[in-house]
Amino acid sequence: MAMTAQEIEDLIRAEFPDADITIKDLRGDGNHYAAEVIDASFRGKNRVQQQRSVYAALKGKMDGAHGELHALALTTKAP
Amino acid sequence: MSETQVQIEETIKSNSVVLYMKGTKEMPQCGFSSRIAGVLNYMDVDYKDINVLADDAIRQGIKEFADWPTIPQLYVNGEFIGGCDIVTEMTLSGELDTLFSDNNVAFDKDAADKIREANG
Repeated sequence: MAMTAQEIEDLIRAEFPDADITIKDLRGDGNHYAAEVIDASFRGKNRVQQQRSVYAALKGKMDGAHGELHALALTTKAP
Repeated sequence: MSETQVQIEETIKSNSVVLYMKGTKEMPQCGFSSRIAGVLNYMDVDYKDINVLADDAIRQGIKEFADWPTIPQLYVNGEFIGGCDIVTEMTLSGELDTLFSDNNVAFDKDAADKIREANG
C-alpha cells in the first residue's frame, strides 16, 4: 500500500514540471509524508485552490481506506 | 444534488463553524482531526463537530462536496476553509483570527496568541 517519495514526486512532477518539490518521509514507513510544492502557477490562487490541484495530480492516491497514501502534509506556495 | 449533499449544505449553513472530523471534539480519532479540534477547543470557538466515522455517506459525501480528498475539513459560514495543513498555517500566521473576526465568530484572542508563541 505504501508509496515511495520518488513515486509521489513523479506524480506531482507530471502536472507541475517546473515546480520546486520537496518530499519528506516523516516516519520512514512509506505512509506519512510531507510535501512542499512551490510553483509559479500557484500565483493568484488561494491555498485551497493550490492544494486541490496537487491532490488532483496525485490521482486518487489519497482517497480513503484504499488510498495508498494515508498521510501527506501539504505546503504549497508561489515562488 | 444527492440527499447527502443537501444534508451537508444544510449543516454548514445553519452552523457558523463546522468541523468534519474523524471522532468527536471531545475524542478525536485521528491526529489530523485532533490538531484542528485542539486549536478550536483551545481558542474556545463554538463549533459543530461532525464525526464522519459515524456515517459513511457523509464520510464520502464531504469529499465530493468540497472537492477535497481528506478529512478533517473546516467550514466557516458555509465556506470551505481547508484541511489540517491550511488551518495550521492560518492559525500560526494569524489569518484564522482575521477570518473569525470577519465572520463574527467569537474566539479567545489570548489563546490564539499563546498557540503562536508556543509554535513560533
